[in-house]
Amino acid sequence: MLSRFVALCTRATLLLGAALLPGCSDGPWNNPNPESPPGMVTYQSVMSPLPPKHLDPALSYAADESLFLMQIYEPPMGYHYLKRPYELLPLGVEDFPLISYTNAAGELVDPDAGEVAFSVYEMTVRADARYQPHPAFALDDTGNPRYLFTDPAAGRQYRQISDFPELGSRPVAANDYVYAIKRLADPFNASPMLGFMAQYIVGMEAFSERLKDISRDGWVNLDQYNMDGLEVVDERTFRITIKGRYPQFSYWLAMHFFSPIAPEVDRFFHNPGFLDRNLTLDWWPVGSGPFMMVKNDPNSEIVLERNPHFREDYFPTEGAPGDAEQGRLADAGKRLPLIDRAVFRLEKEVLSLWTKFLQGYYDRSGESHGNTNRVFDQAFVVGPDGVELGAELAEHGITVAPDVKPAIYYYGFNMRDPVLGGYSEERRKLRRALQIAFDTEEYLNIFYKGNGIPAQSPIPPGIPGFVDGEAGINPYVYDWVDGAPQRKSIAHAKQLLAEAGYPNGRDARTGEPLKIFIDVQSQAISSTSMNWMDRAFGRIGVQVEYRPADWNRTREKLLTGNTQIFSHGWLADYPDPENFLFLLYGPESPLICQCDGANNASYERPEYDELFRQMRVLPPGAERDALVARMVELYREDAVWLFGYYPKDIYLNNPWVHNNKRHGISKNTLKYVRIDDELRERKREEWNQPVIWPLYAMSALLIALLLPGVIAYRRRLRATARQ
Amino acid sequence: MFAYIVRRLIYAIPILVGVNLLTFTLFFVVNSPDDMAASQLGDKYVTPEAIENWKQKNGYDKPLFLNPQAAGVGQVTDTIFFDKSVRLFAFDFGRSESGRDITTDVATRMWPSLAVALPTFLVGIGVNICVALMVVMFRGTRLDRGAVFVFVALMSISYLFYIIGGQFLVAKTWRLVPISGFHTEGQVWKFLILPVLVGVVAGIGAGARWYRTLFLEEANQDYVRTARAKGCSELSILFRHILPNALIPILTGVVVLIPSLFMGSLLIESFFGIPGLGSYMLDAINSQDFAIVRSMVFIGSILYIVGLLLTDISYTWADPRVRLS
Repeated sequence: MLSRFVALCTRATLLLGAALLPGCSDGPWNNPNPESPPGMVTYQSVMSPLPPKHLDPALSYAADESLFLMQIYEPPMGYHYLKRPYELLPLGVEDFPLISYTNAAGELVDPDAGEVAFSVYEMTVRADARYQPHPAFALDDTGNPRYLFTDPAAGRQYRQISDFPELGSRPVAANDYVYAIKRLADPFNASPMLGFMAQYIVGMEAFSERLKDISRDGWVNLDQYNMDGLEVVDERTFRITIKGRYPQFSYWLAMHFFSPIAPEVDRFFHNPGFLDRNLTLDWWPVGSGPFMMVKNDPNSEIVLERNPHFREDYFPTEGAPGDAEQGRLADAGKRLPLIDRAVFRLEKEVLSLWTKFLQGYYDRSGESHGNTNRVFDQAFVVGPDGVELGAELAEHGITVAPDVKPAIYYYGFNMRDPVLGGYSEERRKLRRALQIAFDTEEYLNIFYKGNGIPAQSPIPPGIPGFVDGEAGINPYVYDWVDGAPQRKSIAHAKQLLAEAGYPNGRDARTGEPLKIFIDVQSQAISSTSMNWMDRAFGRIGVQVEYRPADWNRTREKLLTGNTQIFSHGWLADYPDPENFLFLLYGPESPLICQCDGANNASYERPEYDELFRQMRVLPPGAERDALVARMVELYREDAVWLFGYYPKDIYLNNPWVHNNKRHGISKNTLKYVRIDDELRERKREEWNQPVIWPLYAMSALLIALLLPGVIAYRRRLRATARQ
Repeated sequence: MFAYIVRRLIYAIPILVGVNLLTFTLFFVVNSPDDMAASQLGDKYVTPEAIENWKQKNGYDKPLFLNPQAAGVGQVTDTIFFDKSVRLFAFDFGRSESGRDITTDVATRMWPSLAVALPTFLVGIGVNICVALMVVMFRGTRLDRGAVFVFVALMSISYLFYIIGGQFLVAKTWRLVPISGFHTEGQVWKFLILPVLVGVVAGIGAGARWYRTLFLEEANQDYVRTARAKGCSELSILFRHILPNALIPILTGVVVLIPSLFMGSLLIESFFGIPGLGSYMLDAINSQDFAIVRSMVFIGSILYIVGLLLTDISYTWADPRVRLS
């Protein structure tokens, strides 16, 4: 019996080994990536923690979706990859927009002299811009679309774009840009941009109203309907007319909302039955950018491949100061893109992401905001020279790419609050006392591992209007000491509190302690940070009560002004101070606009609002800078926000990944990435040698567990009745 | 039996309506259609018009339960609840809030769930039964008492510990298998080894202890003594006599789970990156996608009802004395 058991175990082990080992022979056992197509350099990356929800440029408005859209589409404008401050460049069009200004009668006017009623942006599409190969462009022998069905059953065999055998392409046309803007206006698409853009683009609102009433049986060719503010001049030239003067519109043209959409692509995806198989423009973007989507499995991975029709584009030959010295121009002049393929795998858990990155199966630790802070915890150690890379990472040759985002996170005061709000000198002093008591530096060090810069104004680094050094500090909260900002003392805060009518944190009239209420999003705050805040405000005798709620309830409170102190954040759409200063513009208050306005503090100061209106229409220059500086000064004087910080993300790169400079605004940077494939293969092999002994140990343990049982069983079988 | 099955299926209809009503009510107590629209549209530049457009496009521009502006039956039928619920009974799950066809997604994601859940289930049952029978063979000895102690210890450890511990040891430290992922191209099995192993090991404590109790009850029966007196070997007694007689309580706990295997496991799928229905549900909850949550709860209810029905039917197979009427 025992010998039979041992023989059985041996046979089972051999069979299992025979089944498994051949599969393990080609490279490391723990390699989670399937083989890359031969001859193609594949960038292995991650999408985390959720897959994109929308990939239609008219619908999408999220950074993790932009990561894909900006590789596939080319909007009219883009940004220089290396230069800082951020520099706008033509991308899908030949040159910067030719802007002309007209009065209400349509006559050309000098923008500095006359009243500007309209601004007309004229652009010419690049001659070599051409769409990726796609079945929507395929034609039959008679020149008609190859894949145009009237019956859902006719196209039933096509479940993915790769199922269509015939592909076609054509040059990008001016009408495609116009068509894309019409899609933004189509209420059926429910674009998040419609409400905002309708304020500027002439005729957009009326166009949208008109489309509400039309029948929706199948595809609606938007070319049949005219929008007043759009004009196709010729095959490659188009015009957009906007109301008044809005220089920031050029920045909007760099966003994916304005990417060209070919009408035949829209028609293709409206084939009957396609929607039921998720064959939609929302899942299969079609563009003229450096890459095209070849696989979209949002549950698992998204695969991009080089667009064979991508125009001639080259790595920049100039960069920001210091870029050349740091080797960032090593690929200057090379044809883009520098990789053939990019795979983005869905990774929800940090441990898996981090392990695969360290094993070399991901080229970078992440692509957009999200997990980097948690990854950062494991990556760095505190050494004698401050925070430095951990030993394991340093040995691996991993490089660090810090990214101070053009963003701000802040806790704001409700300026209409009866206790903390208002514009009297007492209320300002009260708010300043709270600002001083909240030690932002300590808060960031404890809870964000120092990954943030305390905000001295609403304008983050890299954006015109940000001032560094002594001139840039908030003098109500900081002093400039020994070449660095130093927070004013708690004694000063207490004095301000007393002058505000709250000596030692108690109301001078009633003797009641001052209690402040902070609305926090329950998922975004921990009990330890609440304890820390209790202690921070406790130093000046102020008590705190927290009102945790989910985002929906918090939003409701902001919309109704039912809050005292709230947390919020803002990530720039474009690198202009206007995109931050509007967070304090009076008409943007939700209580005034009766909408999701951005001025959640409900800050209303006529001087600020007037300055904002003037600044908004001015081109960059000294005059504009002066207005921005004055607005920042008003913000500081009124102490509108309790505190703010500019978030800093840390991205880690494996040693074979090159051109890792982060771009805070644009996601159109995949084409610059270069991979040393040979080094990657070598390192992966070296880092992932399996440890075999546990297999033997576990087998031995299993036998050790079973053997006594088998022996006892045999003994029992052989035992006599007496035994 | 046919009449019994039909009757049980008819009973299922009010249960499904009730479950759907409950899900609908609970979801919309927390989220209004406006909240859903805002969360789908993002938190920048969201205008009331954009919210209205989104609601209209996705069919949330009607009253929840009662439409006083409609006439007659329309007061009930021209509502979000009616619109969204009736289609479910025709297995038309509609589209998720992000526009994807739920039926297609469910059909696609069901297989990865099954690829992990089925081997875990089968291997788990096999291991648990074998371990339990072995312990029963040595009942009353130190081996039995030691095994019970180990079972209780295994039961006391959190499932998360098994997952993270397994990932840390097997995938990160020993580098024997990928830490997570799932691919149908090539070697699928190497992504399944670790989740299945974790699932089986995590279930041994509770499973083997439960089966041990069942088998012990049978082990003291007269027919076992008779079999032993007839000279049957211990293995034969365990597998040919005790096991078949303990099947009824085993089936009660096991068969009901079989249809639910399609639904996957929230934790395992999430941690091991398996693109199955468990992670589908979790993502839907996180992104407040009511259409998916509602559909998944509905499918889950149906599978549970089917599981209970199969359990009843399996009794007749395990014990011919049982009659369904």
